[in-house]
Amino acid sequence: MASLRQIAFYGKGGIGKSTTSQNTLAALTELGQRILIVGCDPKADSTRLILHAKAQDTILSLAANAGSVEDLELEDVMKVGYNDIRCVESGGPEPGVGCAGRGVITSINFLEENGAYEDIDYVSYDVLGDVVCGGFAMPIRENKAQEIYIVMSGEMMAMYAANNISKGILKYANSGGVRLGGLVCNERQTDKEYELAESLAKKLGTQLIYFVPRDNIVQHAELRRMTVIEYAPDSAQAQHYRNLATKVHGNSGNGIIPTPITMDELEDLLMEHGIMKAVDESQIGKTAAELAVG
Amino acid sequence: MSLAQPQSVAEIKARNKELIAEVLKVYPEKTAKRRAKHLNVHESGKSDCGVKSNIKSIPGVMTIRGCAYAGSKGVVWGPIKDMIHISHGPVGCGQYSWAARRNYYIGTTGIDTFVTMQFTSDFQEKDIVFGGDKKLAKIMDEIQELFPLNNGITVQSECPIGLIGDDIEAVSKAKSKEYDGKTIVPVRCEGFRGVSQSLGHHIANDAVRDWVFDKLDPNKAPPFEPSPYDVAIIGDYNIGGDAWSSRILLEEMGLRVIAQWSGDGSLAELENTPRAKLNVLHCYRSMNYISRHMEEKFGIPWCEYNFFGPSKIAESLRKIAAYFDDKIKEGAERVIAKYAPLMDAVIAKYRPRLEGKTVMLYVGGLRPRHVIGAYEDLGMEVVGTGYEFAHNDDYQRTAQHYVKDGTLIYDDVTGYEFEKFVEKVQPDLVGSGIKEKYVFQKMGVPFRQMHSWDYSGPYHGYDGFAIFARDMDMAINSPVWKMTKAPWKQAPGQAGLLAAE
Repeated sequence: MASLRQIAFYGKGGIGKSTTSQNTLAALTELGQRILIVGCDPKADSTRLILHAKAQDTILSLAANAGSVEDLELEDVMKVGYNDIRCVESGGPEPGVGCAGRGVITSINFLEENGAYEDIDYVSYDVLGDVVCGGFAMPIRENKAQEIYIVMSGEMMAMYAANNISKGILKYANSGGVRLGGLVCNERQTDKEYELAESLAKKLGTQLIYFVPRDNIVQHAELRRMTVIEYAPDSAQAQHYRNLATKVHGNSGNGIIPTPITMDELEDLLMEHGIMKAVDESQIGKTAAELAVG
Repeated sequence: MSLAQPQSVAEIKARNKELIAEVLKVYPEKTAKRRAKHLNVHESGKSDCGVKSNIKSIPGVMTIRGCAYAGSKGVVWGPIKDMIHISHGPVGCGQYSWAARRNYYIGTTGIDTFVTMQFTSDFQEKDIVFGGDKKLAKIMDEIQELFPLNNGITVQSECPIGLIGDDIEAVSKAKSKEYDGKTIVPVRCEGFRGVSQSLGHHIANDAVRDWVFDKLDPNKAPPFEPSPYDVAIIGDYNIGGDAWSSRILLEEMGLRVIAQWSGDGSLAELENTPRAKLNVLHCYRSMNYISRHMEEKFGIPWCEYNFFGPSKIAESLRKIAAYFDDKIKEGAERVIAKYAPLMDAVIAKYRPRLEGKTVMLYVGGLRPRHVIGAYEDLGMEVVGTGYEFAHNDDYQRTAQHYVKDGTLIYDDVTGYEFEKFVEKVQPDLVGSGIKEKYVFQKMGVPFRQMHSWDYSGPYHGYDGFAIFARDMDMAINSPVWKMTKAPWKQAPGQAGLLAAE
């Protein structure tokens, strides 16, 4: 048996992390890989396409009902879905109360202590939009995910988030073994999207591992709570996800320590590709009306 | 062991300066630079002690300070006897603050008073993750059911409450409404706030202002017939009965004490205080905030006083009496005269045994200056003093009214510095807290706990001074100090016997 691969998908909220990760992981099962998905988002929607269910019972809600996490058994929290993919959701409090970050830490510790990582080839962590606190950085800390895949698009804020996540990886890269596996561009059909994604990857010292084109079939599958791999296995989109899965599978050990860039450099990158027009320093902070007079 | 001790003030100053330079030498450069600002030799005539204060302690040193929760739960709110104080968060803070700090009170514990009991929400992991609001509400319901004679509840926040953003204000408001306007006070005294317990005092004072005073109905008839002689004792926590031995003096001179803050105090006393004619303030550091507020909002003047030792007591009684008419002024003189024979007897008994003995102090925010007069009444001399959590206004008061030229001053002293200072200065007595006690006793230096009075007391007032004098004599002149002998000074045969045992 090959050693356990621990990967994680990060990216700006709403970018399509859960969709991309579940489709990729479904495709990985076709390569004979045994997979565990750990959802680390209080919304608990990281496994719905695999389980065909809106939300499963989360570790934290079960623990709260039982009294404490020590009262739980692994079988209580783990569900098995499409192609024997095992799924757990960390869960967390309703918005505005408690500490979701601590919940992620509790859940991951529980899974490790109870042997959830035995007899599998891949663990994949699906983490919410931003690394807002130490809890959500848990999957990139020591002895957790070795490779991070950042899902992004050609939008400025998605690129900004990708750069920020790289900073988080850099912080833990030297104490633990975490590396940036690469960028996955989920097409939004913005201007020169592919070139921008390539450039950003280069700046960060990594590669654009795959460019996933936009296709409505993804939405059709989502409405049926299915991955495209399961819903339309012969579609072109399914093939794209298989290609991505193959790339990820072949990417073992190729991760790098990222070289995040400054906000100015990021803006320069957009200008370089003509997305933003170069602006004279003297014009910054002036309204359109002021500029017209000037 | 005994070192040659300097005699003249100039020699003492030189020795102390050298001592400061010596302790600073062991620190890394940056630490030494920062600590140097907290250590000084007092120059008479200066307006303060020349030290920085109320600054974050340096990581890695052993500081003696406490936290904001300790300041609120342990000091200001905890002694209010008819309210139940919930330690909100994991169990440790509540466990270690259980039973209070000897704030004596009258009442039936568990029925109408609750000071020595401990209430905690005992946070578990799920309370951190999902928030503790529901548990807090449940605890309040349980308190209402189990202890129906409680007159109010406070929520004392431990660190995690601030981290997870528990909305204790919303729970308090909702439960207050549910229980017919019951006083429920949320206190944001998370331990990580501020640099010491001092901020906890301030936060607790502000909570009284916002959740007790501001909820009072100004049109409500006073619950008692006001008199022109109504005063409130502020900042006496009744350690070992301190407030009681103070109160009787005020009453004997003709004043009426309508409230004690907060030792043996009650919610009704807090609520009645805005009707006082004068607030008399003992612990300036922990309750000057609410005194200033009452002055601004209700026009109540406040007056600092000192009830340690007959000299300061007489001075204070006259100072307080000056706010009132001749009847009270005569009352003050009568009280001073009445207790003079008792004081003379105490001094006649103990002064010959204590004359010329030297003391080093390290206490909280008031006693490092306030007890100096009591020692001087016994012929003793305070040669070094420092505060855990004083601010600059405390050091001003210390310099202007208390310490002598050449006194060694140490703010937020570290364990290492304090040990070194005592080793070199060789005082006859050290007065500090429980954490310091055994360090110095093992060095062979007599010690008294000056936070808890070493389970004795009271030390305030005339009655307290008699106990104070006895306790200091007991510590310094105990025969036990003659029985200790360093192993290497014993006869060889004896040492062998010890080893064989």
